[in-house]
Amino acid sequence: MNDVLLTLEGVHTHIGAYHILHGVDLVVPRGQLTMLLGRNGAGKTTTLRTIMGLWPASRGRIRFQGDDITAQATPQIAGRGIAYVPENMGIFADLTVKENMLLAARQAKSAGQIDQARLQWIFSLFPAVEKFWNHPAGKLSGGQKQMLAVSRAIVEPRELLIVDEPSKGLAPAIINNMIDAFRQLKAQGVTILLVEQNLSFAKRLGDTVAVMDNGVVVHAGAMQALADDEALQQSLLGLSL
Amino acid sequence: MKALELDWKPLALVPLLALAALPAVGSGSTWVTLTVAGLAMGMIIFIIASGLTLVFGLMDVLNFGHGVFIALGAFVATSVLGAMGDWTGSAELWRNLVAVVPAMVIAMAVAAAVGLAFERFIVRPVYGQHLKQILITMGGMIIGEELIKVIWGPLQIALPLPEGMRGSLLLGDASVEKYRLIAVVVGLLVFGLQIWTLSRTKIGLLIRAGVQDREMVESLGYRIRRLFVGVFVVGSALAGLGGVMWGLYQQNVVPQMGAQVNVLIFIVIIIGGLGSTGGALIGALLVGLMANYTGFLAPKVALFSNIALMVAVLLWRPQGVYPVANR
Repeated sequence: MNDVLLTLEGVHTHIGAYHILHGVDLVVPRGQLTMLLGRNGAGKTTTLRTIMGLWPASRGRIRFQGDDITAQATPQIAGRGIAYVPENMGIFADLTVKENMLLAARQAKSAGQIDQARLQWIFSLFPAVEKFWNHPAGKLSGGQKQMLAVSRAIVEPRELLIVDEPSKGLAPAIINNMIDAFRQLKAQGVTILLVEQNLSFAKRLGDTVAVMDNGVVVHAGAMQALADDEALQQSLLGLSL
Repeated sequence: MKALELDWKPLALVPLLALAALPAVGSGSTWVTLTVAGLAMGMIIFIIASGLTLVFGLMDVLNFGHGVFIALGAFVATSVLGAMGDWTGSAELWRNLVAVVPAMVIAMAVAAAVGLAFERFIVRPVYGQHLKQILITMGGMIIGEELIKVIWGPLQIALPLPEGMRGSLLLGDASVEKYRLIAVVVGLLVFGLQIWTLSRTKIGLLIRAGVQDREMVESLGYRIRRLFVGVFVVGSALAGLGGVMWGLYQQNVVPQMGAQVNVLIFIVIIIGGLGSTGGALIGALLVGLMANYTGFLAPKVALFSNIALMVAVLLWRPQGVYPVANR
Protein backbone atom coordinates (compact mmCIF):
# COMPACT_ATOMS: atom_id res chain seq x y z
CA MET A 1 0.00 0.00 0.00
CA ASN A 2 3.01 2.29 0.40
CA ASP A 3 3.02 3.21 -3.28
CA VAL A 4 -0.59 4.42 -3.15
CA LEU A 5 -1.32 7.74 -1.44
CA LEU A 6 -5.04 8.21 -2.09
CA THR A 7 -7.82 5.83 -3.06
CA LEU A 8 -11.49 6.30 -3.75
CA GLU A 9 -13.65 3.18 -3.62
CA GLY A 10 -17.18 3.32 -5.00
CA VAL A 11 -17.69 6.97 -4.01
CA HIS A 12 -21.14 8.48 -4.53
CA THR A 13 -21.92 12.15 -4.01
CA HIS A 14 -25.29 13.88 -3.93
CA ILE A 15 -25.68 17.66 -4.12
CA GLY A 16 -29.19 18.39 -2.97
CA ALA A 17 -31.48 16.31 -5.14
CA TYR A 18 -28.79 15.66 -7.75
CA HIS A 19 -26.80 12.43 -7.81
CA ILE A 20 -23.43 13.53 -9.28
CA LEU A 21 -20.90 10.78 -8.58
CA HIS A 22 -22.09 7.21 -9.21
CA GLY A 23 -19.36 5.10 -7.65
CA VAL A 24 -15.97 6.63 -8.43
CA ASP A 25 -12.95 4.33 -8.14
CA LEU A 26 -9.64 6.18 -8.29
CA VAL A 27 -6.07 5.41 -7.27
CA VAL A 28 -3.48 8.16 -6.91
CA PRO A 29 0.03 6.66 -6.73
CA ARG A 30 2.51 8.27 -4.34
CA GLY A 31 5.06 10.60 -5.93
CA GLN A 32 3.35 10.66 -9.32
CA LEU A 33 1.29 13.20 -11.19
CA THR A 34 -2.19 11.92 -11.89
CA MET A 35 -4.37 13.67 -14.45
CA LEU A 36 -8.13 13.54 -14.08
CA LEU A 37 -9.68 14.13 -17.48
CA GLY A 38 -13.21 14.15 -18.84
CA ARG A 39 -15.80 16.19 -20.64
CA ASN A 40 -17.61 19.09 -18.98
CA GLY A 41 -20.03 17.79 -16.35
CA ALA A 42 -18.26 14.43 -16.04
CA GLY A 43 -17.83 14.90 -12.28
CA LYS A 44 -14.14 15.89 -12.03
CA THR A 45 -14.60 18.96 -9.83
CA THR A 46 -17.14 17.12 -7.68
CA THR A 47 -14.58 14.35 -7.16
CA LEU A 48 -11.99 16.85 -5.93
CA ARG A 49 -14.48 18.58 -3.65
CA THR A 50 -15.59 15.23 -2.26
CA ILE A 51 -11.98 14.30 -1.49
CA MET A 52 -11.65 17.60 0.40
CA GLY A 53 -14.89 17.00 2.32
CA LEU A 54 -16.51 20.11 0.86
CA TRP A 55 -19.30 17.93 -0.51
CA PRO A 56 -19.54 14.82 1.65
CA ALA A 57 -19.59 11.40 0.04
CA SER A 58 -22.99 9.76 0.49
CA ARG A 59 -21.54 6.28 -0.07
CA GLY A 60 -18.16 4.67 -0.62
CA ARG A 61 -14.79 5.15 1.01
CA ILE A 62 -11.89 7.57 0.65
CA ARG A 63 -8.50 6.58 2.07
CA PHE A 64 -5.47 8.82 2.44
CA GLN A 65 -2.21 7.15 3.47
CA GLY A 66 -4.32 4.15 4.40
CA ASP A 67 -6.59 6.08 6.78
CA ASP A 68 -10.31 6.43 6.14
CA ILE A 69 -11.02 10.16 5.69
CA THR A 70 -14.50 9.80 4.17
CA ALA A 71 -16.37 11.32 7.10
CA GLN A 72 -13.74 13.83 8.16
CA ALA A 73 -14.29 17.58 8.05
CA THR A 74 -12.43 19.71 5.53
CA PRO A 75 -9.97 21.27 8.03
CA GLN A 76 -8.99 17.81 9.28
CA ILE A 77 -8.43 16.58 5.73
CA ALA A 78 -6.33 19.63 4.88
CA GLY A 79 -4.43 19.17 8.15
CA ARG A 80 -3.31 15.74 6.98
CA GLY A 81 -1.20 17.42 4.32
CA ILE A 82 -3.52 17.93 1.38
CA ALA A 83 -3.40 21.29 -0.42
CA TYR A 84 -6.30 22.23 -2.66
CA VAL A 85 -6.57 24.84 -5.39
CA PRO A 86 -10.20 25.15 -6.53
CA GLU A 87 -11.29 26.02 -10.03
CA ASN A 88 -12.09 29.61 -8.99
CA MET A 89 -8.64 29.76 -7.33
CA GLY A 90 -10.09 30.74 -3.92
CA ILE A 91 -8.04 33.93 -3.71
CA PHE A 92 -8.94 36.30 -0.87
CA ALA A 93 -9.38 39.41 -2.98
CA ASP A 94 -9.41 41.93 -0.12
CA LEU A 95 -6.15 40.59 1.33
CA THR A 96 -2.69 41.31 -0.02
CA VAL A 97 -0.60 38.68 -1.77
CA LYS A 98 1.53 38.47 1.38
CA GLU A 99 -1.53 37.92 3.57
CA ASN A 100 -2.82 35.19 1.23
CA MET A 101 0.52 33.41 1.52
CA LEU A 102 0.67 33.87 5.29
CA LEU A 103 -2.75 32.26 5.70
CA ALA A 104 -1.60 29.16 3.87
CA ALA A 105 1.56 28.95 6.00
CA ARG A 106 -0.18 27.40 8.98
CA GLN A 107 2.95 27.30 11.13
CA ALA A 108 3.77 30.99 10.63
CA LYS A 109 2.28 33.80 12.71
CA SER A 110 3.87 36.52 10.58
CA ALA A 111 5.31 36.74 7.08
CA GLY A 112 8.81 36.73 8.59
CA GLN A 113 8.18 33.22 9.93
CA ILE A 114 7.46 31.74 6.50
CA ASP A 115 10.28 29.43 5.35
CA GLN A 116 12.40 32.00 3.47
CA ALA A 117 14.27 29.47 1.33
CA ARG A 118 11.00 27.98 0.16
CA LEU A 119 9.61 31.44 -0.44
CA GLN A 120 12.60 32.35 -2.61
CA TRP A 121 12.06 29.15 -4.59
CA ILE A 122 8.40 30.12 -5.11
CA PHE A 123 9.49 33.61 -6.20
CA SER A 124 11.83 32.02 -8.74
CA LEU A 125 8.93 29.97 -10.13
CA PHE A 126 6.40 32.80 -10.07
CA PRO A 127 8.12 36.23 -10.04
CA ALA A 128 4.73 38.00 -10.01
CA VAL A 129 4.13 36.77 -6.47
CA GLU A 130 7.21 38.67 -5.28
CA LYS A 131 6.54 41.69 -7.49
CA PHE A 132 3.02 42.20 -6.14
CA TRP A 133 3.78 41.02 -2.57
CA ASN A 134 2.10 43.99 -0.87
CA HIS A 135 -0.67 44.50 -3.43
CA PRO A 136 -4.32 43.49 -2.99
CA ALA A 137 -4.79 40.05 -4.52
CA GLY A 138 -8.07 41.14 -6.06
CA LYS A 139 -6.18 43.51 -8.38
CA LEU A 140 -4.06 40.75 -9.95
CA SER A 141 -4.73 39.47 -13.46
CA GLY A 142 -6.23 36.01 -13.95
CA GLY A 143 -2.84 34.44 -14.63
CA GLN A 144 -1.26 36.14 -11.64
CA LYS A 145 -4.10 34.93 -9.43
CA GLN A 146 -3.54 31.37 -10.62
CA MET A 147 0.17 31.70 -9.81
CA LEU A 148 -0.72 32.98 -6.36
CA ALA A 149 -3.20 30.14 -5.83
CA VAL A 150 -0.58 27.52 -6.65
CA SER A 151 2.10 29.38 -4.65
CA ARG A 152 -0.22 29.43 -1.68
CA ALA A 153 -0.78 25.70 -1.95
CA ILE A 154 2.96 24.97 -1.91
CA VAL A 155 4.16 27.55 0.61
CA GLU A 156 4.58 24.70 3.08
CA PRO A 157 5.44 21.10 2.17
CA ARG A 158 2.35 18.96 1.58
CA GLU A 159 1.87 15.28 0.83
CA LEU A 160 -0.71 15.80 -1.89
CA LEU A 161 -1.46 18.78 -4.09
CA ILE A 162 -4.91 18.85 -5.72
CA VAL A 163 -5.42 21.47 -8.43
CA ASP A 164 -8.57 22.06 -10.45
CA GLU A 165 -7.79 23.26 -13.98
CA PRO A 166 -4.52 25.13 -13.36
CA SER A 167 -4.08 26.13 -17.01
CA LYS A 168 -7.57 27.56 -17.47
CA GLY A 169 -7.41 30.90 -19.25
CA LEU A 170 -3.63 31.22 -18.94
CA ALA A 171 -1.21 32.56 -21.56
CA PRO A 172 1.24 29.99 -23.01
CA ALA A 173 4.23 31.55 -21.21
CA ILE A 174 2.50 31.23 -17.86
CA ILE A 175 1.45 27.67 -18.66
CA ASN A 176 5.12 26.84 -19.17
CA ASN A 177 5.91 28.34 -15.74
CA MET A 178 3.15 26.23 -14.27
CA ILE A 179 4.44 23.05 -15.90
CA ASP A 180 7.93 23.81 -14.63
CA ALA A 181 6.56 24.33 -11.13
CA PHE A 182 4.68 21.02 -11.12
CA ARG A 183 7.74 19.18 -12.45
CA GLN A 184 9.90 20.63 -9.69
CA LEU A 185 7.31 19.70 -7.09
CA LYS A 186 7.12 16.16 -8.42
CA ALA A 187 10.90 15.92 -8.32
CA GLN A 188 10.66 16.78 -4.62
CA GLY A 189 8.38 13.80 -4.09
CA VAL A 190 5.07 15.65 -3.92
CA THR A 191 2.09 13.70 -5.22
CA ILE A 192 -0.13 15.74 -7.53
CA LEU A 193 -3.70 15.26 -8.72
CA LEU A 194 -4.72 17.64 -11.51
CA VAL A 195 -8.03 18.14 -13.23
CA GLU A 196 -7.41 19.43 -16.74
CA GLN A 197 -9.21 20.30 -19.95
CA ASN A 198 -6.01 21.32 -21.73
CA LEU A 199 -4.93 18.00 -23.22
CA SER A 200 -1.46 19.06 -24.38
CA PHE A 201 -0.81 20.29 -20.82
CA ALA A 202 -1.99 16.92 -19.52
CA LYS A 203 0.20 15.00 -21.94
CA ARG A 204 3.32 16.98 -21.01
CA LEU A 205 2.88 16.45 -17.29
CA GLY A 206 0.90 13.33 -16.50
CA ASP A 207 2.31 10.03 -15.29
CA THR A 208 -1.03 8.35 -14.81
CA VAL A 209 -4.48 9.29 -15.99
CA ALA A 210 -8.09 8.66 -15.06
CA VAL A 211 -10.89 9.61 -17.40
CA MET A 212 -14.36 10.32 -16.04
CA ASP A 213 -17.75 10.28 -17.71
CA ASN A 214 -21.21 10.57 -16.16
CA GLY A 215 -19.90 10.45 -12.60
CA VAL A 216 -17.68 7.36 -12.87
CA VAL A 217 -14.09 6.65 -13.87
CA VAL A 218 -14.28 4.93 -17.27
CA HIS A 219 -10.56 4.55 -17.92
CA ALA A 220 -7.42 4.49 -15.77
CA GLY A 221 -3.84 3.79 -16.73
CA ALA A 222 -0.58 5.33 -17.88
CA MET A 223 -0.78 8.78 -19.46
CA GLN A 224 1.59 7.78 -22.22
CA ALA A 225 -0.62 4.86 -23.22
CA LEU A 226 -3.60 7.15 -23.66
CA ALA A 227 -1.48 9.73 -25.50
CA ASP A 228 -0.34 7.04 -27.95
CA ASP A 229 -3.81 5.65 -28.63
CA GLU A 230 -5.86 8.04 -30.77
CA ALA A 231 -8.81 5.70 -31.03
CA LEU A 232 -9.03 5.50 -27.24
CA GLN A 233 -8.81 9.30 -26.97
CA GLN A 234 -11.63 9.63 -29.46
CA SER A 235 -13.85 7.20 -27.63
CA LEU A 236 -13.15 8.61 -24.15
CA LEU A 237 -12.81 12.32 -24.79
CA GLY A 238 -14.17 12.88 -28.26
CA LEU A 239 -10.84 14.31 -29.49
CA SER A 240 -7.19 13.38 -29.78
CA LEU A 241 -4.11 14.56 -27.93
CA MET B 1 -1.18 49.03 -9.73
CA LYS B 2 -1.08 50.73 -6.33
CA ALA B 3 -0.03 48.71 -3.29
CA LEU B 4 -2.81 49.93 -1.02
CA GLU B 5 -5.72 52.02 -2.18
CA LEU B 6 -7.95 53.68 0.39
CA ASP B 7 -11.50 54.18 -0.78
CA TRP B 8 -11.93 57.67 0.67
CA LYS B 9 -15.42 58.43 -0.65
CA PRO B 10 -17.33 56.73 2.21
CA LEU B 11 -15.05 58.46 4.72
CA ALA B 12 -16.08 61.80 3.25
CA LEU B 13 -19.76 61.06 3.92
CA VAL B 14 -19.44 61.78 7.64
CA PRO B 15 -18.03 65.34 7.36
CA LEU B 16 -20.31 65.98 4.37
CA LEU B 17 -23.38 65.08 6.42
CA ALA B 18 -22.18 67.25 9.29
CA LEU B 19 -21.48 70.21 7.00
CA ALA B 20 -24.80 69.78 5.21
CA ALA B 21 -26.59 70.01 8.57
CA LEU B 22 -24.83 73.24 9.59
CA PRO B 23 -27.02 75.69 7.62
CA ALA B 24 -30.18 73.79 8.61
CA VAL B 25 -29.31 73.92 12.32
CA GLY B 26 -28.33 77.57 12.04
CA SER B 27 -26.52 78.13 15.33
CA GLY B 28 -22.87 77.06 15.33
CA SER B 29 -22.83 76.19 19.02
CA THR B 30 -25.97 74.07 18.73
CA TRP B 31 -24.42 72.36 15.72
CA VAL B 32 -21.27 71.49 17.71
CA THR B 33 -23.38 70.10 20.56
CA LEU B 34 -25.48 67.99 18.17
CA THR B 35 -22.44 66.81 16.25
CA VAL B 36 -20.61 65.62 19.38
CA ALA B 37 -23.82 63.96 20.58
CA GLY B 38 -24.19 62.26 17.19
CA LEU B 39 -20.60 61.06 17.19
CA ALA B 40 -20.99 59.70 20.73
CA MET B 41 -24.21 57.91 19.82
CA GLY B 42 -22.56 56.61 16.66
CA MET B 43 -19.58 55.25 18.58
CA ILE B 44 -21.85 53.39 21.02
CA ILE B 45 -23.84 51.92 18.13
CA PHE B 46 -20.57 50.94 16.45
CA ILE B 47 -19.44 49.05 19.57
CA ILE B 48 -22.71 47.11 19.48
CA ALA B 49 -22.84 46.56 15.72
CA SER B 50 -19.21 45.63 15.05
CA GLY B 51 -19.60 42.12 16.45
CA LEU B 52 -22.87 41.54 14.62
CA THR B 53 -21.45 42.46 11.23
CA LEU B 54 -18.58 39.97 11.64
CA VAL B 55 -21.01 37.27 12.79
CA PHE B 56 -23.02 37.76 9.61
CA GLY B 57 -19.91 38.04 7.46
CA LEU B 58 -18.29 34.86 8.75
CA MET B 59 -21.22 32.45 8.79
CA ASP B 60 -24.13 34.24 7.09
CA VAL B 61 -25.96 34.11 10.41
CA LEU B 62 -28.81 36.59 10.79
CA ASN B 63 -28.86 37.10 14.55
CA PHE B 64 -31.94 39.14 15.36
CA GLY B 65 -31.35 38.30 19.01
CA HIS B 66 -28.25 40.50 19.28
CA GLY B 67 -30.30 43.10 21.14
CA VAL B 68 -30.72 40.87 24.17
CA PHE B 69 -27.00 41.22 24.96
CA ILE B 70 -27.39 45.00 24.92
CA ALA B 71 -30.19 44.87 27.48
CA LEU B 72 -28.38 42.27 29.55
CA GLY B 73 -25.22 44.39 29.73
CA ALA B 74 -27.21 47.45 30.75
CA PHE B 75 -29.14 45.63 33.48
CA VAL B 76 -26.01 44.02 34.88
CA ALA B 77 -24.55 47.54 35.06
CA THR B 78 -27.54 48.76 37.10
CA SER B 79 -26.79 46.06 39.68
CA VAL B 80 -23.03 46.64 39.79
CA LEU B 81 -23.23 50.43 39.85
CA GLY B 82 -26.13 50.29 42.31
CA ALA B 83 -23.92 48.33 44.70
CA MET B 84 -21.10 50.86 44.34
CA GLY B 85 -23.05 53.99 45.22
CA ASP B 86 -20.18 55.43 47.26
CA TRP B 87 -17.95 55.36 44.22
CA THR B 88 -20.46 56.62 41.67
CA GLY B 89 -21.59 59.39 44.01
CA SER B 90 -18.11 60.86 44.23
CA ALA B 91 -17.29 63.94 42.17
CA GLU B 92 -13.82 62.56 41.43
CA LEU B 93 -13.61 60.96 38.00
CA TRP B 94 -11.10 58.30 39.00
CA ARG B 95 -13.45 57.07 41.77
CA ASN B 96 -16.28 56.90 39.20
CA LEU B 97 -14.07 54.89 36.89
CA VAL B 98 -13.32 52.41 39.68
CA ALA B 99 -17.07 51.66 39.61
CA VAL B 100 -17.79 51.98 35.89
CA VAL B 101 -14.88 49.89 34.60
CA PRO B 102 -15.77 46.80 36.69
CA ALA B 103 -19.43 47.29 35.70
CA MET B 104 -18.38 47.21 32.05
CA VAL B 105 -16.11 44.19 32.55
CA ILE B 106 -18.78 42.22 34.43
CA ALA B 107 -21.45 43.16 31.87
CA MET B 108 -19.16 42.00 29.06
CA ALA B 109 -18.38 38.74 30.87
CA VAL B 110 -22.07 37.98 31.52
CA ALA B 111 -23.02 38.87 27.93
CA ALA B 112 -20.15 36.71 26.62
CA ALA B 113 -21.23 33.72 28.72
CA VAL B 114 -24.86 34.06 27.63
CA GLY B 115 -23.63 34.57 24.06
CA LEU B 116 -21.75 31.27 24.22
CA ALA B 117 -24.93 29.46 25.29
CA PHE B 118 -27.01 31.38 22.72
CA GLU B 119 -24.70 30.27 19.91
CA ARG B 120 -24.65 26.66 21.08
CA PHE B 121 -28.36 26.13 21.67
CA ILE B 122 -30.11 28.68 19.45
CA VAL B 123 -27.88 29.57 16.50
CA ARG B 124 -25.96 26.34 15.83
CA PRO B 125 -29.01 24.18 15.03
CA VAL B 126 -30.05 26.60 12.26
CA TYR B 127 -26.78 27.22 10.40
CA GLY B 128 -27.49 27.90 6.73
CA GLN B 129 -31.25 28.36 7.24
CA HIS B 130 -31.98 32.07 7.14
CA LEU B 131 -35.71 31.99 7.76
CA LYS B 132 -35.30 29.75 10.79
CA GLN B 133 -32.45 31.96 12.01
CA ILE B 134 -34.67 35.02 11.96
CA LEU B 135 -37.50 33.25 13.78
CA ILE B 136 -35.44 31.43 16.39
CA THR B 137 -33.11 34.32 17.23
CA MET B 138 -36.07 36.68 17.61
CA GLY B 139 -37.64 34.04 19.84
CA GLY B 140 -34.39 33.90 21.80
CA MET B 141 -34.50 37.65 22.30
CA ILE B 142 -38.09 37.53 23.55
CA ILE B 143 -37.18 34.82 26.04
CA GLY B 144 -34.12 36.84 27.09
CA GLU B 145 -36.26 39.93 27.67
CA GLU B 146 -38.69 37.93 29.78
CA LEU B 147 -35.83 36.50 31.86
CA ILE B 148 -34.54 40.04 32.42
CA LYS B 149 -38.01 40.97 33.66
CA VAL B 150 -37.94 37.98 36.04
CA ILE B 151 -34.58 39.06 37.48
CA TRP B 152 -34.80 42.86 37.46
CA GLY B 153 -38.53 43.44 37.10
CA PRO B 154 -40.55 44.78 34.16
CA LEU B 155 -40.19 48.47 34.95
CA GLN B 156 -37.74 51.06 33.79
CA ILE B 157 -34.68 51.31 36.05
CA ALA B 158 -32.65 54.49 36.41
CA LEU B 159 -28.98 54.29 35.47
CA PRO B 160 -27.70 57.70 36.46
CA LEU B 161 -24.34 58.91 35.32
CA PRO B 162 -21.70 58.93 38.05
CA GLU B 163 -21.20 62.39 39.47
CA GLY B 164 -17.84 63.02 37.89
CA MET B 165 -19.16 62.21 34.41
CA ARG B 166 -22.06 64.62 34.60
CA GLY B 167 -22.06 68.16 33.38
CA SER B 168 -20.67 69.78 30.30
CA LEU B 169 -17.54 71.33 28.94
CA LEU B 170 -17.68 74.58 27.03
CA LEU B 171 -16.10 74.62 23.58
CA GLY B 172 -16.47 78.26 22.68
CA ASP B 173 -20.20 78.88 22.97
CA ALA B 174 -21.02 75.23 22.56
CA SER B 175 -21.86 73.02 25.50
CA VAL B 176 -20.59 69.43 25.17
CA GLU B 177 -21.54 66.80 27.71
CA LYS B 178 -18.54 65.13 29.34
CA TYR B 179 -20.02 61.65 29.02
CA ARG B 180 -20.38 62.04 25.26
CA LEU B 181 -16.70 62.78 24.96
CA ILE B 182 -15.97 59.71 27.10
CA ALA B 183 -18.19 57.63 24.79
CA VAL B 184 -16.26 58.88 21.74
CA VAL B 185 -12.95 57.98 23.39
CA VAL B 186 -14.16 54.49 24.40
CA GLY B 187 -15.56 53.93 20.90
CA LEU B 188 -12.27 54.97 19.31
CA LEU B 189 -10.37 52.63 21.64
CA VAL B 190 -12.64 49.70 20.71
CA PHE B 191 -12.34 50.55 17.01
CA GLY B 192 -8.55 50.85 17.27
CA LEU B 193 -8.31 47.52 19.07
CA GLN B 194 -10.49 45.82 16.49
CA ILE B 195 -8.56 47.25 13.55
CA TRP B 196 -5.27 46.26 15.18
CA THR B 197 -6.56 42.72 15.77
CA LEU B 198 -7.98 42.40 12.26
CA SER B 199 -4.94 43.80 10.47
CA ARG B 200 -2.00 42.76 12.66
CA THR B 201 -2.79 39.30 13.99
CA LYS B 202 -3.26 35.93 12.37
CA ILE B 203 -6.65 35.52 14.05
CA GLY B 204 -7.69 38.83 12.47
CA LEU B 205 -6.39 37.67 9.11
CA LEU B 206 -8.46 34.49 9.43
CA ILE B 207 -11.56 36.50 10.28
CA ARG B 208 -11.07 38.79 7.27
CA ALA B 209 -10.47 35.80 5.02
CA GLY B 210 -13.41 33.89 6.48
CA VAL B 211 -15.75 36.78 5.80
CA GLN B 212 -14.72 36.60 2.12
CA ASP B 213 -14.59 32.82 1.53
CA ARG B 214 -15.05 30.55 4.53
CA GLU B 215 -14.87 27.39 2.42
CA MET B 216 -11.35 28.28 1.28
CA VAL B 217 -10.28 29.04 4.84
CA GLU B 218 -11.41 25.54 5.80
CA SER B 219 -9.58 24.10 2.80
CA LEU B 220 -6.41 25.69 4.18
CA GLY B 221 -6.89 23.66 7.37
CA TYR B 222 -8.56 26.08 9.76
CA ARG B 223 -11.69 25.27 11.77
CA ILE B 224 -13.86 28.23 10.95
CA ARG B 225 -16.67 27.16 13.28
CA ARG B 226 -14.38 27.61 16.27
CA LEU B 227 -13.42 31.00 14.93
CA PHE B 228 -17.09 31.85 14.51
CA VAL B 229 -17.90 30.87 18.10
CA GLY B 230 -15.06 33.12 19.26
CA VAL B 231 -16.32 36.03 17.19
CA PHE B 232 -19.89 35.44 18.36
CA VAL B 233 -18.80 35.50 22.02
CA VAL B 234 -16.68 38.64 21.53
CA GLY B 235 -19.54 40.25 19.59
CA SER B 236 -21.91 39.46 22.48
CA ALA B 237 -19.45 40.94 24.98
CA LEU B 238 -19.15 44.11 22.89
CA ALA B 239 -22.95 44.33 22.75
CA GLY B 240 -22.92 44.06 26.55
CA LEU B 241 -20.39 46.90 26.72
CA GLY B 242 -22.49 48.92 24.30
CA GLY B 243 -25.53 48.25 26.48
CA VAL B 244 -23.77 49.72 29.53
CA MET B 245 -22.79 52.80 27.52
CA TRP B 246 -26.23 53.14 25.92
CA GLY B 247 -27.89 52.84 29.33
CA LEU B 248 -25.63 55.55 30.77
CA TYR B 249 -26.28 57.67 27.65
CA GLN B 250 -30.05 57.37 28.18
CA GLN B 251 -29.67 57.28 31.98
CA ASN B 252 -32.28 54.56 32.25
CA VAL B 253 -32.82 51.02 31.06
CA VAL B 254 -35.88 49.00 30.05
CA PRO B 255 -36.05 45.29 29.15
CA GLN B 256 -37.13 46.20 25.60
CA MET B 257 -34.10 48.43 24.94
CA GLY B 258 -32.36 45.70 22.93
CA ALA B 259 -35.21 45.45 20.46
CA GLN B 260 -35.26 49.26 20.14
CA VAL B 261 -31.55 49.46 19.34
CA ASN B 262 -31.72 46.40 17.04
CA VAL B 263 -33.32 48.48 14.30
CA LEU B 264 -30.48 50.97 14.35
CA ILE B 265 -27.71 48.36 14.33
CA PHE B 266 -29.20 46.53 11.37
CA ILE B 267 -29.37 49.83 9.48
CA VAL B 268 -25.71 50.39 10.40
CA ILE B 269 -24.39 47.04 9.20
CA ILE B 270 -26.38 47.24 5.98
CA ILE B 271 -25.04 50.74 5.27
CA GLY B 272 -21.51 49.60 6.14
CA GLY B 273 -21.51 46.46 4.02
CA LEU B 274 -22.17 43.13 5.72
CA GLY B 275 -18.95 41.88 7.28
CA SER B 276 -17.07 45.18 7.10
CA THR B 277 -15.76 46.67 10.37
CA GLY B 278 -14.71 49.95 8.75
CA GLY B 279 -18.09 50.15 7.04
CA ALA B 280 -19.85 49.58 10.38
CA LEU B 281 -17.98 52.57 11.84
CA ILE B 282 -18.97 54.84 8.93
CA GLY B 283 -22.57 53.58 9.09
CA ALA B 284 -22.77 54.07 12.86
CA LEU B 285 -21.43 57.63 12.70
CA LEU B 286 -23.84 58.51 9.90
CA VAL B 287 -26.78 57.04 11.83
CA GLY B 288 -25.75 58.78 15.06
CA LEU B 289 -25.39 62.16 13.37
CA MET B 290 -28.58 61.79 11.36
CA ALA B 291 -30.58 60.81 14.47
CA ASN B 292 -29.36 63.87 16.37
CA TYR B 293 -29.76 66.39 13.57
CA THR B 294 -33.26 65.22 12.65
CA GLY B 295 -34.15 64.80 16.34
CA PHE B 296 -33.47 68.52 16.69
CA LEU B 297 -34.82 69.73 13.37
CA ALA B 298 -37.79 67.40 12.80
CA PRO B 299 -38.28 64.93 15.67
CA LYS B 300 -41.20 63.16 14.01
CA VAL B 301 -39.07 61.90 11.15
CA ALA B 302 -36.02 60.89 13.22
CA LEU B 303 -36.30 57.12 12.70
CA PHE B 304 -37.52 57.48 9.13
CA SER B 305 -34.49 59.65 8.40
CA ASN B 306 -32.11 56.75 9.10
CA ILE B 307 -34.09 54.42 6.88
CA ALA B 308 -33.98 57.11 4.17
CA LEU B 309 -30.23 57.38 4.73
CA MET B 310 -29.87 53.62 4.27
CA VAL B 311 -31.91 53.70 1.07
CA ALA B 312 -29.80 56.57 -0.29
CA VAL B 313 -26.54 54.75 0.49
CA LEU B 314 -27.81 51.52 -1.09
CA LEU B 315 -28.84 53.37 -4.22
CA TRP B 316 -25.24 54.63 -4.43
CA ARG B 317 -23.55 51.37 -3.35
CA PRO B 318 -25.98 48.43 -3.29
CA GLN B 319 -23.59 46.26 -1.22
CA GLY B 320 -22.94 48.99 1.37
CA VAL B 321 -20.18 51.59 1.57
CA TYR B 322 -17.40 49.01 1.97
CA PRO B 323 -18.61 45.84 0.28
CA VAL B 324 -16.65 42.71 1.19
CA ALA B 325 -15.14 40.94 -1.85
CA ASN B 326 -16.49 37.51 -2.86
CA ARG B 327 -19.75 38.00 -0.99
